[in-house]
Amino acid sequence: MLHVLSRRRLLASAAAVPILAATARGETISGQLPWSPFAGEPPKPVNPLGWYFFHPGEAATVEAIVDRLIPADHLSPGGKDCGCAVFIDRQLAGSFGQASRLYTKGPFMPGLSTQGYQGDLAPAGRYRLGLRALDDYTNTTYKKNFVALAAEEQDEVLAGLDGGKIKLKLRPGFSTKEFFELVLQNTMEGFFADPLYGGNRGMASWKMVGFPGARYDYRDHIDKHNVPYPKGPVSIYGKEA
Amino acid sequence: MARLLPKKDAVIIGLGWTGSILAQQLTDAGLNVVAIERGPWRDTATDFNIGYMQDELRFAIRKDLFLQPAVEAMTMRNSLSQTALPMRDYGSFLPGNGVGGAGVHWNGHTWRFWDSDFEIKTHLTKRYGAGKIKDLQLQDWGVSWSEIEPSFDKFEYLGGISGKAGNLKGQIQPGGNPFESPRARDYPNPPMRMPYASALFADKMKELGFHPFPLPSANLSQAYVNPLGVRMGQCSYCGFCERFACGNYSKASAQTTILPVLVKKPNFEARTECEVLKINLTADGKHARSVTYLDAHGVEVEQPGDMVLVCAYGLMNVRMMLLSKIGAPYDPVSGKGVVGRNYCYQTSAGARLLFEDKHFNPFIGAGSLGQTIDDFNGDAFDHSKLDFVGGAGISCTVTNGRPISNRPTAPGTPRWGAKWKQATAEGYQNAMGFGSQGSSYPVRENYLDLDPTYTDRHGRPLLRVTFDFPDNDIAMSNYLSDQMEKMLKPFNAKYSAVSRLRKGWNSVPYQSTHNTGGAVMGGDPKTSAVNKYLQSWDVPNVFVIGASAFAHNAGMNPTGTVGALAFWAAEAITTKYIKNPGALVPA
Amino acid sequence: MKQVIFVAAFAALSTSAFADDAGKYQAILGDCAGCHGKDLSGGVTLMTPFGKLVTPNITPDKDTGIGNYTADDFRAAMKQGLAPGGKRLYPAMPYPYYARMSDGDVAALWSWLQTVKPVKNSVDVNQLHFPFNMRIMMAGWSLFAPSSIRVSDVVGKSDAWHRGDYLVNGPAHCGACHSPKTMLGADKGPLTGAVLQGWYAPDLTSDPNAGLGRWSTADIVDYLKTGRNAHSIASGPMAEAVENSSSQMNDADLTAIAVYLKDLPASHGNGGPATGAEAQMKAGKDGYDINCAACHGPDGKGNALFPPLAANPNVLQVRDNTIVRVVLAGTRAAATTGAPTGPAMPSLGWKLSNQQAADILTYVRNNWGNRAPAVSAETVERIRGELHSGS
Repeated sequence: MLHVLSRRRLLASAAAVPILAATARGETISGQLPWSPFAGEPPKPVNPLGWYFFHPGEAATVEAIVDRLIPADHLSPGGKDCGCAVFIDRQLAGSFGQASRLYTKGPFMPGLSTQGYQGDLAPAGRYRLGLRALDDYTNTTYKKNFVALAAEEQDEVLAGLDGGKIKLKLRPGFSTKEFFELVLQNTMEGFFADPLYGGNRGMASWKMVGFPGARYDYRDHIDKHNVPYPKGPVSIYGKEA
Repeated sequence: MARLLPKKDAVIIGLGWTGSILAQQLTDAGLNVVAIERGPWRDTATDFNIGYMQDELRFAIRKDLFLQPAVEAMTMRNSLSQTALPMRDYGSFLPGNGVGGAGVHWNGHTWRFWDSDFEIKTHLTKRYGAGKIKDLQLQDWGVSWSEIEPSFDKFEYLGGISGKAGNLKGQIQPGGNPFESPRARDYPNPPMRMPYASALFADKMKELGFHPFPLPSANLSQAYVNPLGVRMGQCSYCGFCERFACGNYSKASAQTTILPVLVKKPNFEARTECEVLKINLTADGKHARSVTYLDAHGVEVEQPGDMVLVCAYGLMNVRMMLLSKIGAPYDPVSGKGVVGRNYCYQTSAGARLLFEDKHFNPFIGAGSLGQTIDDFNGDAFDHSKLDFVGGAGISCTVTNGRPISNRPTAPGTPRWGAKWKQATAEGYQNAMGFGSQGSSYPVRENYLDLDPTYTDRHGRPLLRVTFDFPDNDIAMSNYLSDQMEKMLKPFNAKYSAVSRLRKGWNSVPYQSTHNTGGAVMGGDPKTSAVNKYLQSWDVPNVFVIGASAFAHNAGMNPTGTVGALAFWAAEAITTKYIKNPGALVPA
Repeated sequence: MKQVIFVAAFAALSTSAFADDAGKYQAILGDCAGCHGKDLSGGVTLMTPFGKLVTPNITPDKDTGIGNYTADDFRAAMKQGLAPGGKRLYPAMPYPYYARMSDGDVAALWSWLQTVKPVKNSVDVNQLHFPFNMRIMMAGWSLFAPSSIRVSDVVGKSDAWHRGDYLVNGPAHCGACHSPKTMLGADKGPLTGAVLQGWYAPDLTSDPNAGLGRWSTADIVDYLKTGRNAHSIASGPMAEAVENSSSQMNDADLTAIAVYLKDLPASHGNGGPATGAEAQMKAGKDGYDINCAACHGPDGKGNALFPPLAANPNVLQVRDNTIVRVVLAGTRAAATTGAPTGPAMPSLGWKLSNQQAADILTYVRNNWGNRAPAVSAETVERIRGELHSGS
């Protein structure tokens, strides 16, 4: 982030002596707290069109999966129409997909369940491998890709992944359970996160549970015990619902 | 060849809570101070934007403000018989990063450990006999309640802590904590306003004969001007508190309480995005000369100082001592050595209740908003007939209703599909909970050292955490779970469940970022790494300030006690040490 | 003649109480550091309506500063806008105001300036384009656009009033920002408010709405000394004026300034309230509740940290440049010894559309008893463009 000194661009006024020995990264701060206009790093809303990470077949598979994890009903549209697959796609195309913030130095050794994920694949790699393995499994068992299965069959497969009955051919350090957990977690993130990330279209999930979203001041309601909150949800970039 | 800079009076490693308090006190005493911080500069004005702070995915799930494991990870194992592997992502605990450290995104619970904590071995031996604690490595801290109490007061007034005193100079006050140790004066701000769940909890606890009181909170109940003249705002119960920075100056942090005054001083300088690699000692190993750090361009720089204050967070403090060879590393097999000894954590369990047709409005919350009882904490109750020592506070806090993580359903509900949806829509407004946060007592085999295999991005060995819950603590926690089960009845919930702690600490699910010990304070250099003033026994111009100094962890959040120790150490440095540099306590 | 002596006597009286640092105090009153930099070595770029000016080095360095000036040279620069060799200064150097300073004060300032650490900093000052780079034009300017700074010929006023008159219209040169300008850049209408490249320096008359009519003298003193009072908070360019200059003035002088300002006749108001703006008011209230209430309060009263919006003159000016700008780009309040926090308004331009910002500001300007013209989306769009283009 750039800390540019605020300059008074006026007649009869001027900037103070710079207080930042600013380098490209890393600063010496002394004398005054840094400030600049337009400071901050607001989140970038995703472009909702197209796929940045998934190949078309992968995208269709993920759309089918999220539609079973979060089926459409009177409470909300399904995972696909809520944009969960778009959300996952954008996440995998970015730093989450690359595991940029994680410790990825070797050696990679098999770990105990208390030691967390010890595989060498970042989430992007895990999806590529997992989705392919999923279709391998369904082709073996049902003679079809996952997308072509009936809804009940898809549910059956997902339940099998969740419960541990089905074991996909993955990779040492990356189990079927871990694959399912990853997909489930990302789907839920997509469903419940702020719509700017591509999911939760129309704040559907927030309306479903009654979460007011990006509001920041509840001093006028905290004393109203057991009284429903009267205002609808608001997202970071959007208008009120 | 490192670039050599002009000497400073004091070099502070890390500019979080402790670094800021020490810098403020030392610069007031006229010292020339530089604070070297690995992470970035952060401030409300430039980074905690009230328009985009409300982003659960970014800050709570992707952990934007926290330390990235790519920068520094740690390895873990439960016991000596296991091989430690890296926590490739942090889970169980989430260290902070940047100026302000975890003090930027903490919950804000601000406790004082009890007088019995500072003299725990003496106290428990006297009450129950030495046999009761023979399997635990409990030890006195080397400092007494009357010595440390004024420092708690200073930290609470610095931060504008909102609460209700329970014991004023020995007089028990209604509405406060009757079990707390005597305080000179009340909190600087009144308690926060309570949400439905916490108010309900307090009512039921009173019915059961317990003593609920409001959590002492660094989320301010009203606007405030602290003793430095720095102003803070009023908490708006936004529900984006822990894991998030505060957008309206109402959560106490170095930024909101100290930095506006500190940064203006001509004798203070902060250097950010500079990582200290080690402290350099003289050839005899008895004196620190300088620190070596990598600046943001990766250039190696040597910063000499007359004293070095290690304020990098408890775990990193210990690692810095080990890497710099300050103090003898602890060996759990022989029990000898001190650096890494008495590592402790936190021992917790919880109750979940689900109702029908309620409106708990869980999104109206703050990090330290709630009611709590200490009737089962520490040694507040008689353990004579019990097979453990220690206890837990039981709290009903309402911190958030952020739906990626908080969407409770009845036990047995599937985790996806149509039934999941129905249960989630029904459960969101109908759930509340309370939990026990219990003491964590030291045992010989829980400790910290340097990992033999894994290294960081600069090639230095990672810290290795060897920890499991001791049998004593499991017994304590299960006893607390028993008590919580008894407490469920008056609530008359539709579903309820109480969790029970088991052996095998799992590093994956989040539990607590209360890592304590490893460079403990004490009266005996054979069992402590620093003396009662947090001065290294081995290198007298090095002070190590943080929860690393805790000889054990109590059933309370550590920050209040960490803040007090920072003021306590600062007082020792400015009133005793700089007049007469050298060991303040004969070894 | 009589009047000038009268005033000069006051100037001498007030500064002699600070004999030790008399010159340094003059530099504080005049806010030299504001343009010439904290070490006075210049090189700071000022955006004027006529182009960019860069301030010269006024340290005693012989090669790059004013080390070769005599006392007379300095006096001529300060009071007539003349540099050695007959070169004319642009009135970005507010010499029409400094012209009112007493010879004693100018001399004290000169003495002190010579003790400042010389700094080698070579500055190319003349950066205006033709024809404005022709300083000879300043001669004409000096003749035809005389300063409209009033020489007070009023009788029956207190000593403090006269001192305040001297300060406001002399060294503190408040009108340089707060008085609207003619096309030639001279002052027209004293202290009724003026647009300055993206900010609006507010009305300082006793108008009860847009001016200081609702402020007491103690309020004004508080504001100048600490950067804040119960009504408002200084940020942007005024924050720097407070930090560099007014927060270091002595209490008697601050009181004098307050007394003088409180006596200014009211201006003609701000053209409010907004009419026919019901849709904006409704949308603005919703937007306010979501984006603003958490700091400024649902009642617009602020708190110990954040300024109120109700009855805040900054909100009520006839022109909305300041409030649009702070919403889009954010701002940081002054940090003084009396109020060190310097709280900030975050930048919300990334989040609010032009219409949303206009609605919220219209609501703020017309709620809680406030009355001021509505803000249009077009205005917000224009100001947003100006801010981003750096104009």
